[in-house]
Amino acid sequence: MSKAILYDATMCIGCKQCEGACAQQNQLPYDDAIAAEPVQSAHKYTVVLNKNDKFMRRLCMHCEKPACASVCPVGALHKTAAGPVVYDVWKCIGCRYCMVACVFNQPKYEWGALNPRIRKCVMCPDRVAAGKQTACAEICPTGATKFGERDDLIREAKDRIQQNPSNYQPHIYGVNEVGGTSVLIISAANVEDYGYPASARIGEIPLPEYTGRVMDRIPDFVPVWTLVLGGIYWISHRRDEVAEAEALHKNGGGQ
Amino acid sequence: MKFKLTFWRVVFIVIMALGLYSSFVRYFRGLGAVSNMTDQFPWGLWIGFDCLCGVMLAAGGFCMVGAVYLFNVERLHPVVRPAVLTAFLGYLLFIVGLLFDLGRPWFIWHQMIYRNLHSVMFEVGMCVMFYTTVLFFEFLPNVFERLKWKTPITWINKIYPILIVAGILLSTLHQSSLGSLYLIMPSKLHPFWYTPALPFFFFGSAVAVGLAMTIFESTQSAKAFGRQLELPVLVTLGGALLVALWVNLLLRFEDFFHRGILGMIFKPSYEAYFLWLELTLTFVVPIGILSFKKARLSPQWLYLASISAVLGFITNRLNIAVIGFETYVGKHYVPKWTEFSITLMIIAMGFALFGLAVQYLPIFESETKHELEEPEGVAVMPGVLSHAGD
Repeated sequence: MSKAILYDATMCIGCKQCEGACAQQNQLPYDDAIAAEPVQSAHKYTVVLNKNDKFMRRLCMHCEKPACASVCPVGALHKTAAGPVVYDVWKCIGCRYCMVACVFNQPKYEWGALNPRIRKCVMCPDRVAAGKQTACAEICPTGATKFGERDDLIREAKDRIQQNPSNYQPHIYGVNEVGGTSVLIISAANVEDYGYPASARIGEIPLPEYTGRVMDRIPDFVPVWTLVLGGIYWISHRRDEVAEAEALHKNGGGQ
Repeated sequence: MKFKLTFWRVVFIVIMALGLYSSFVRYFRGLGAVSNMTDQFPWGLWIGFDCLCGVMLAAGGFCMVGAVYLFNVERLHPVVRPAVLTAFLGYLLFIVGLLFDLGRPWFIWHQMIYRNLHSVMFEVGMCVMFYTTVLFFEFLPNVFERLKWKTPITWINKIYPILIVAGILLSTLHQSSLGSLYLIMPSKLHPFWYTPALPFFFFGSAVAVGLAMTIFESTQSAKAFGRQLELPVLVTLGGALLVALWVNLLLRFEDFFHRGILGMIFKPSYEAYFLWLELTLTFVVPIGILSFKKARLSPQWLYLASISAVLGFITNRLNIAVIGFETYVGKHYVPKWTEFSITLMIIAMGFALFGLAVQYLPIFESETKHELEEPEGVAVMPGVLSHAGD
């Protein structure tokens, strides 16, 4: 069973305590100026956005089949069995392929640093391993951010939508998007209005499958192509050898 | 030898000086200070040009090796050595470029120990590493001949079939895989350029560019080093280029048609302008020129057609790396001058190293034979190659 976060935008009051708790948990600076920044960055893993007093949180979605982890040449990012997608800074070489590949644009970079790191929400893996909630879920005063088992949370989200269909969009964002994510979102507003990619656009196929279709063929391709190339080489040089031998033979016969 | 300050040497010095300044900014102020890359645009000019285009422009090496040693096209023999040299330098400089672009270049060796077999980037990295090694061995005979070491040459000759097959295999893999890098972004990259066929197109265009670059390079070095132009060579390459361009063109439009966007590419839009520029330079101009028999036999027209094709495919790579993402990101990316200056510095290093190699090594075989026949032939070299640093 894997853990997940359910964010119910209709319950969010925009207090931004999750931002503060996240900063504290990850030892990042947090003050009024940073609280006012409306974007995620290397020093702000989660942000509460406000549009006409309707709130929306953004954070790493912790995909079930994360593109970032599949593209990383050194495996610096990986999905843990418990749910979080975590980052091992020691392995990282700084190619930033994870940033380009992520459909939610979650990995951020320390552009000013001389030994820069990828920065993103890692779903408090130490806390999760210790059986605790994430920092953002623990501090949330209204329960808008809730931590728990993914299956339980999906059931609960369905219930909430069913009981109050007029309050919600009829869709749980994250159940099937790009093969499912460990962050689930239900809201009154359209998630796309807050920068989330539209469900129809990103589809339900896990992104690593798009490259897998090609990468899986390489083990077959290598021996076959080697044989073909070697064969061509052999044939074209054999032809030369034969021509040479025939020429020799002819000359020999003529004398 | 007295050092003369020619126009091109001044240009070279200015480029190197600016490049060194930018390198200082890169390593002592960070990627953010030296480039216009941001969290929205994590890959910029260095990936788009230095890496994607650099590797493509070095494709002449495997194309010529394949043509001459695999398919026995003896006529092309004179261009194999310069093509292998260009490829070898190209890959070395590609690695130099990576050292600028990677955020933590001092850990580049990590990919040899922390292997992620699912990563296209891992595959490209390993192929480039092995192929650069293959190119090094293909290049070595030049050095051995210069030093007149007979035994090592026979060793290399013994493993040459392996080098040839391995070189072409590795090239096939990583040229196409550079396209596979983008397969994971179906919703980010604009539909003009996102297609499941990206790896095929990257390989197909590498072959075309390999031919075009060899024409360009032969003409250019004939001018620079005062050598005889090998017209039969150019004509053969021109014919092959025409075929390669037609194949690329037909596959490209078949793909547009197959994905149902054939109508969309003719409607004016920001992306469409760049696509038109790309298609004009890649296909319309060079195919137009090469369709005339007279042009196929003229060095000037062949030169022009090859330049157009090369520029067209460069536009293609930049469209994929930059333009194709702008709508999704909602922002434009224009490289900072320091980014350009590092790219220019790397290119200038390439030209200088090519010049030096030609000056000291038997790259052009006509000169080689001359030199081997009469040991005093070395004296001829400085006269021919006084432009080498240009």
